[in-house]
Amino acid sequence: MTLSVALPNQAAPAHSWRNRLLPYALLTPAVVVTIIIVFLPMIEAVVTSLYEFVLFRPNAARFVGLGNYIKLVQDPVFWITLGHTAIWIGLTVPLQMGLGLVAALVLNREFPWRGLARALVIIPWALPSVVIALMWRWIYDANTGVLNEILLRLAMIQSAVPWLADPDKALYAVIATLTWQGFPFFAVMILAGLQGIPKSRYEAASIDGASAWRQFRHVTLPGIAGVLATAGLLRIIWVANSIDVIFVMTGGGPGYATQTLPLYAFVKARQNLDFGYGTTIAVMFTLLLAGVVAVYIARTSGEAER
Amino acid sequence: MIGKPTLSRRILTTDLPALGIVLLAIGPFAWMVLTSVTPQERLAALGVSIVPSDWSLENYVRLVSRTSFLGNMGHSLIVATGTMVLGLVVSVTAAYAFSRFRFPGRRLLMLQFLLVNMFPVVLLILPLFVLMRRIGLLDTHAALIIANATVAIPFSVWMLTSYINAIPKSLDEAAMTDGCTRLQALRRVILPLAMPGIVSTGIYIFITAWNEYLYALTLGGRNVRTVTVAVQTLIGEYQIEWGLLSAGGVVGALPATILFLIAQRRLIGGLTQGAVKG
Repeated sequence: MTLSVALPNQAAPAHSWRNRLLPYALLTPAVVVTIIIVFLPMIEAVVTSLYEFVLFRPNAARFVGLGNYIKLVQDPVFWITLGHTAIWIGLTVPLQMGLGLVAALVLNREFPWRGLARALVIIPWALPSVVIALMWRWIYDANTGVLNEILLRLAMIQSAVPWLADPDKALYAVIATLTWQGFPFFAVMILAGLQGIPKSRYEAASIDGASAWRQFRHVTLPGIAGVLATAGLLRIIWVANSIDVIFVMTGGGPGYATQTLPLYAFVKARQNLDFGYGTTIAVMFTLLLAGVVAVYIARTSGEAER
Repeated sequence: MIGKPTLSRRILTTDLPALGIVLLAIGPFAWMVLTSVTPQERLAALGVSIVPSDWSLENYVRLVSRTSFLGNMGHSLIVATGTMVLGLVVSVTAAYAFSRFRFPGRRLLMLQFLLVNMFPVVLLILPLFVLMRRIGLLDTHAALIIANATVAIPFSVWMLTSYINAIPKSLDEAAMTDGCTRLQALRRVILPLAMPGIVSTGIYIFITAWNEYLYALTLGGRNVRTVTVAVQTLIGEYQIEWGLLSAGGVVGALPATILFLIAQRRLIGGLTQGAVKG
């Protein structure tokens, strides 16, 4: 989102103090509402993480300082879910990007029904997460799911696989679903980037006798590098935070097989009503994610200055 | 060397791969639609039917007559519309300020809104639950509207700022030379011109709020149950009724999907602008 050229402050005519306060007045509603509904709860979260606080025993809340955090680093499940979060992000984002890139390259070619194809490809993006999760549970179903039926017919498997009930496969099955949900986002972003590459560069490259692969390497990829980086960073944050699909598909199970860090926080608070500890996990997760967010903000803040 | 590709070659290198990608994108949802039109007994005995003569609207009839799904759609409508109105109303003036004024703290405030958008849902959902429980707001429409606004407000501030940036400054200046105040210029000149951007931002907020699940599950309850939460309750107690569930999924997904398809061109223009130029 680009911003128009900043006027140097001196260039603005000397306005009365009313005019100088006007932008702040215009911003007040949005800022006040954001403080109340975002920043206050956040402070509350940090405070809660310093307490031992179980929801059905509100009077037994006890200040424990960093006790919850010490408990957290000693909690083996924390390290398991942290590992899952790394796999979760490390596989989902590149897969979404790769599939999105292929889709964008194909949809960028000329064919009569291109408009229709572009419209249909974004459908996974528009569907509610909960519907996506239930739909894929149905597809993955061990007894009557269509995936097993197709693979059995193609003789790629010998017997039906319980995709979501097998601890070794469940995480990857959920990752496949999330890849499906997220690839249209990349496809759309990359398509927009592709359209920004001047045709003359391809013409110059083909006059030089560059093969299709070399054109892709030296013209297309540099042309969309910026989009890939921005969309990739955004998606890392989004995928890391995304727990609704896993929650509905497996609830984190079997065992802890599909539990990621934010899901662990949510489940801990929701099922055990252990809000003190749940919030501690959430705060810790936020701190870990902050590194990625900082990189994204640094990239974008260059824009705010303009 | 660069001959015009023949038709068969185009089909092989372009149409077929495109068809494959489209099938991948819509296949799972199409399967769900097929499941929803397969009658219950047929589904239990033989599985999903791909023969049109077997199809019936039985599952949809059951959905409407035996469950409270239409009521749930009503709740979703209230929450999504409320979020859209709240999100737009507080953001329009903020976006105008960011676009037209240069003032101390501007950059910090803009980044603040960007940062808010990155906060993990899970960090906000737990304290929001505790706070709303304390003030008795749980299980009301207001609770869900407020929770959804945590995402909607920062998003719409950024989107609207970029839409208003695209309107030339000379227009407000002309209005002010003609005797308008700043606020009159905003209302009479900028708002009408920004309307397409405001509408598409509103549509996106509506879609996001309609599709939202975690807040609705945690902060809603018996009185306020949105479609996304209700779909899950369609899972039968002893065995999963996939036909009924699919019908619910299709109906629940329809409003947002149709809106997305209608508004997609302008929406995608706005959403990609940042990433492409960034």
